[in-house]
This record gives sequence, C-alpha cells and structure tokens, in this order.
Amino acid sequence: MSEIKLMKGNEVIAEAAIRCGCDGYFGYPITPQSEVMETLMLRKPWEETGMVVLQAESEIASINMVYGGAACGKKVMTSSSSPGVSLMQEGLTYIAGAELPCLVVDVVRGGPGLGTIQPAQSDYFQATKGGGHGDYHLIVLAPASVQEMNDFVSLGFDLAFKYRNPAMILADGVIGQMMEKVELSPYKPRWTEEEIEKISGDWALTGKKKARGHHIVTSLELDAHRQEVFNEKLQRKYREIEEKEVRFEKIHCDDAEYLFIAYGSSARICQKSIELARQEGIKVGLLRPITLYPFPTRAIAEMAERTKGMLTVEMSAGQMVEDVRLAVNGKTRVEHYGRMGGVVPTPEEIVDALKANFNLKP
Amino acid sequence: MIDINDIVKPENLVYGKTSLLTDNIMHYCPGCTHGVVHKLVAEVIEELDIQDKTIGVSPVGCSVFAYNYIDIDWAEAAHGRAPAVATAISRLHPEKYVFTYQGDGDLASIGCGEIMHACNRGENIVIIFINNAIYGMTGGQMAPTTLLGQVTATTPYGRDAKLNGFPLKITELLAQLDGTCYVTRQSADTPGAVRKAKSAIKKAFQNTRLNKGTSFVEVVGTCNSGWKLSPVEANKWMRENMFEKYPLGDMKDI
Amino acid sequence: MTEEIIIAGFGGQGVLSMGKILAYSGIMQDQEVSWMPSYGPEMRGGTANVTVIISDERISSPVLTRFDTAIILNQQSMDKFEAQVKPGGTLLYDPNGITHHPTRKDINIYRVEAARLAAESGNPKIFNMIILGAFLKVKPVVKLENIEKGLKKSLPPRHHNMIPMNIEAVQMGMGHIETVNQL
Repeated sequence: MSEIKLMKGNEVIAEAAIRCGCDGYFGYPITPQSEVMETLMLRKPWEETGMVVLQAESEIASINMVYGGAACGKKVMTSSSSPGVSLMQEGLTYIAGAELPCLVVDVVRGGPGLGTIQPAQSDYFQATKGGGHGDYHLIVLAPASVQEMNDFVSLGFDLAFKYRNPAMILADGVIGQMMEKVELSPYKPRWTEEEIEKISGDWALTGKKKARGHHIVTSLELDAHRQEVFNEKLQRKYREIEEKEVRFEKIHCDDAEYLFIAYGSSARICQKSIELARQEGIKVGLLRPITLYPFPTRAIAEMAERTKGMLTVEMSAGQMVEDVRLAVNGKTRVEHYGRMGGVVPTPEEIVDALKANFNLKP
Repeated sequence: MIDINDIVKPENLVYGKTSLLTDNIMHYCPGCTHGVVHKLVAEVIEELDIQDKTIGVSPVGCSVFAYNYIDIDWAEAAHGRAPAVATAISRLHPEKYVFTYQGDGDLASIGCGEIMHACNRGENIVIIFINNAIYGMTGGQMAPTTLLGQVTATTPYGRDAKLNGFPLKITELLAQLDGTCYVTRQSADTPGAVRKAKSAIKKAFQNTRLNKGTSFVEVVGTCNSGWKLSPVEANKWMRENMFEKYPLGDMKDI
Repeated sequence: MTEEIIIAGFGGQGVLSMGKILAYSGIMQDQEVSWMPSYGPEMRGGTANVTVIISDERISSPVLTRFDTAIILNQQSMDKFEAQVKPGGTLLYDPNGITHHPTRKDINIYRVEAARLAAESGNPKIFNMIILGAFLKVKPVVKLENIEKGLKKSLPPRHHNMIPMNIEAVQMGMGHIETVNQL
C-alpha cells in the first residue's frame, strides 16, 4: 500500500530506504541532511526490517562501512553534504574500482571549504566527473521534488546493482529541507541470503563454500596491462550506461525559442521563470536533466537545432554549462546564469538574465 | 636403500600445511613475520572449521595481498579503513567471523581513527596487528611504532622525539577501551612464541563466537629488509629493542 | 487557484508548525502543497520563516520572493517582507512588538492581536492557531474541517486531545480580525 504524506526530502530518503529493503545505512551528521539519520534512528528499522543503522565516527569511516556492506552484496547507503562527500571521495573511488553497488546521497551546500549550510549545486563536477582518482563515474540522479527523493532511492539501488556501480542522489538544501506531498513506495522485503546468492553470488563475500573459489573484493592490480584491461571493461560499462540510462524531462519545449537547462531545485525555480517569461510573450522552455551522469547530451543537441539560445541556471559558477556546451557543439548560443555560496536565484532574476543574455525585449 | 614412498604415508605425518593456505608463492621477503602469522590464522580457521563463515579484511601495506594466501572470502580495504569495512560486514553478517589483518602504518597511523572507534564500539571482530616498527611496502620509512633512535628512510639520523614524536603504544591505548574484550601482544620468533601466538589468535576467534566484542592480537614482528639486517640478526634486534618498548603478554582478557 | 504564502516571525512562535498544518490541510483537500523553511543557526531564537504554497496545479518553484500573502509576526519580518507582497495581495500581522506598521496602499492589510488573545486565554501556545484562523477568514484557501484533518495528520496521536482547543483558537482568530487597509 502506498501512502500520501507531507514530508521533508531528507526524511523521505530515510523512509524510502527502509521501504525499499535497504540492509544498512552508515552516516555522520552534517547540515543540511542530518534528518536522514535522525529519522532512521527514530524509526528503529532494525526492529522492523532488520536494517542496520550506524552513526560512524567520520564520513571516511561511513563510506568504508558502505564498502564493507556492499562487498557482501547487501543494499547499503550513506548520506552527507558537500564537505562530508569530499571526505568520502577516497572510499568512492575504491567502490567504483571494486565494482560495488551502493547509494550515496549528497545534499549539497555552498562551498568551497566549510562554506555555508545553504543550498548549492557547486559539486556537479565532483559528482559527475568521478570525484576521486582514476577513470570512473558515479551514476548521478538529480531529484527536483520530494517525490523524486522517494523514487530515486529505489531507482538508485536498481541502477547500482544492474551495473555494479555506485549511484548518487545529488540533491541540495532546498530539496532536502522542503516538505511536499509524497506518495511513499510500498514495502519491499530485504533480500534473503538466497536472493543475494542469486543476484551477486559470483562475487559477493558470503563465506567461501567448498563448491566455489574464494571471492576477493579489491581494486588493486599491480600489472599495468591487466589494469588497463580492467579499465577498458569499466569504460564499456559507462558507454552502456550512457546508451541506456539517460533520463530527462522537457517542459514547454514544443514551441520554445529559448531553453533553460537546469536540474534539481534550479529546475523548479526555472518553471516559475517560464510562467513569468511567457506572460511577457517570451517563448521559453526547460530541459531538466534527471540523470547528470549519464548526461542527456543527445536530447540537448537535438534542442540546439531548433532554439535561438540556451541558458543554464545553476547554483554554482557554471559547471553543468560545460557539458551543455559540449552537447550543443556550437550549434546555438549557450550562456550561464548562477548564484553561488548558498544563494538561491529568484524566478524574476532568471527571467532578467534570459532577457539580458539574449537581448530580448518584452 | 630407503624408498621415499615407504616414508610418505599418512601414519607417518607429523606436520602438514593447512589446506586453507593457497599454493600461491608468497611475495614476502625471507625472514618476514607475515608468512608465519598468515599460517597461524589459516590453521585457526581450519581447526575451528569456519572457512565458510569467515571474512577477512586486508589492509594497505605489505599484507595487502593476504587475500592471495588464505583461502577465504576477502575484502581489500583502503589504507587504514579495514576496521570500518569489517564493522559493516560484521553488523550485516552477525553470524560470521570477521577479522582485519593490519600493519603498524595502516592501523596506528592513517587508520588510528577507525581502529579506535571500532574497538570503542566493541565490534564483534578480530584485529590481527603486525607491528614491525617500519613501513615495509613503501621502502622502510618511519612508522608510528618506530623506536626512538631507530634509523629508517625518513629518519636517516634515527627517530628523534622532538622531530617525530614518540613510539605509539596503540595496543595499550586500545586496552583501555570498554569495547575490547581481549588485548594481547605476542611474537613469532621461536617455536614456543609461535604456539602462544596461535592460541591467542584462536582465542580471539572464539571470542567472536561468544559475541564478546573486539579481540585484538598484536604480533611484534621483524622486517629484516627494512631494518637492513639478516633474519637472524633481525630476531635478535627485535628481542633486544622491541620487547622493551612493546612487552609481550595479555593486557586484557575479560 | 494558487496561493503563495510567507509566514515569518521569531523561532518559537510556531511559524513552521503553522505552515505545516496549513500544508497538510491542503493535502486533505487533494491540492498540491510545498513547505520551504529557512534553516540553519538563524532558527535558534532568531527569525524563522516558511514559504507555503497551496495550488490546484503542480507547484513550480518552492522558493519565492513575491507572495500573495505575507503573515508577519515580528518587526524584522515586516521590514523584509512588506515589500515582497504582490500588488493586490494581502498582509496579515500581529501588532504586538511592531513599531513600524505597514504603509502600503496597494495591498490588503489586516491585523489580529493574537499574542494578546492567547495570553488572555491563559494558553500562549495557541498563538499560531489564532493567526491561522485570521488568515483563513480573509483567505479561505482550506476548509475548517480540513484543518482538523490536517492537525490529526501533523500531530502525534498522544496530542490529539489538543485538537478541539486548537480548532477553537482558529475560530477565535476568525472572529478578531481588524481591517487596516482594504482595496
């Protein structure tokens, strides 16, 4: 049975984790996402589903606990915000290198450094380009509503296990802190040992049986040529993900002469800007990437053929705009409008930026 | 003339390699203590008949490849993070025997936070800690447990407390924590010491079965390559210098 | 119908919970809602505000700078939000502690002495529900019966015995509204 509730994005992450049969959450408090662990601790899922919830001593420990849990073929996750996610980069590259599935939630706040605790999108590069050392990618989902916070927990785990690759939900302080109506997913039981054997039995650490060789979860390979072969395999996986898993949403694109490209809470604000701009007769639409990696390159390239200009709106100095320009490849003008450090742009100033950049008169 | 086949008979067997040690050729230097301790861990797992219930976590350092030598399921952890990795495995598999195998750089330097907190939470795991007072894999640099005056690649004039601080008695620190149930320091330099080290490791694994908390077995070992001594000289140097700073015996047994 | 509301005052005045009850009541009548608070250290004893949107349609931006209605409960919020009411919109405030009263002529302005009424009733905790009642009198965006349902949803069951008292407070607010400026 699904249920309609009014909940914060952060609380929904916790609830969705329990309901999708998550085996373990390991985290460390940091604003603006501490409600995730607080909600879990209040809910005591270990009594209900057997899910393990542990407050670790640091984000470094959290992500390595995730590594340990994932190595067992379990559905495990963590959540944090920008400074904490920076600390997790080491663990994430090991997880990617060992081809382990897991879910990481990043409720982004303003940086660099300790920065602010207000919403930002300035960790796009870190999330989509790897973040740690080596050639790898996370699968990055960008929710723009509390409902998507719910939906992407289960989707994130599905994709992570389908490709044996870490998945990230890249949210921000707005999505984490706001409450909206949400239809919670029905309960799915946690996987049994038999199911884990079926899903991940050829690699997971389940205890060495006489009938099989021992399983080793590692990202170490001292032979450069063998390591290259492994990297080629990873790259084939990323190409497959880029082929099959792109998700995006188009709003008012059919007659659009101009296009906003924005994700997460910026995409929500742009929808208000569209209302305002269209009242002035400006035909503007929105293309909202839902997966930031894989990026909707093809969809944006198609729109470039029939729009006079694109404005990316990000709460950053302009990060996603680089991927948009690569997709557009000079076919139309691409400009960027952003606020930084935790400042959220207003719908009005986005309309002003559109008009200023493309010399539009009402 | 004696035929070898007259001798190689089951009834004449007095010692055998445990089946849990793989046939892979160990990469350790001749004289290194790791090989002996690997064998002890493998024997204990075989004797307790827990091969299918044991998951090991190997560190970064010389023993990173421990997974190539003991025939169980292994996770190889990032540098210092083995206790965090083992924490999750143990919590998600409470019925399993989970152990980390870590050197002094991994456990007492970069992983100081993780070992402290895993022990303080009393995770139901075993920690095997090899202390040879030097970084072996990276070529003989100073470890947190390097003795004062000891020459290493990064203390070419000997460890100076003013410059480098003091040798870290991490095991004594961990014995203070409420989460540890068994904390002991052993060596593996004589047949007697090897037997004692093995019973310590066995006891540690049995503690997991009894759900008693964290069992911590330090083995003071040699790194003759890093110390630039022959294996025999290294054992002598260890007994004369290491045992004074790191005295053998149980610190805690609840 | 879309109603974009800012509720602003001190932390501890029940600003966030009033917004939550309003939002839940919207859900009870099948509307779309969003509730976006200011968050962080400023909440601890300082100012607190929440943007609540109730709409028949999918809600676009949960973050706004122009509002149909501003509910203002301290001077700092008056200074900040009076100018952000859309022309033709509504400003509702409690004069308690207000030294610079609103002056705009292009919006509807109402006041309710909720702090005084709550103090006189001997239960200062109903302050925010009196405010909510006054708001619903001028902007009946949710029905009283749905406020009751919303309260049931947002309060833990052990506090359900307080629902009648809260509904009375809402009715009290409805009956004590004063018009300052009407278009």
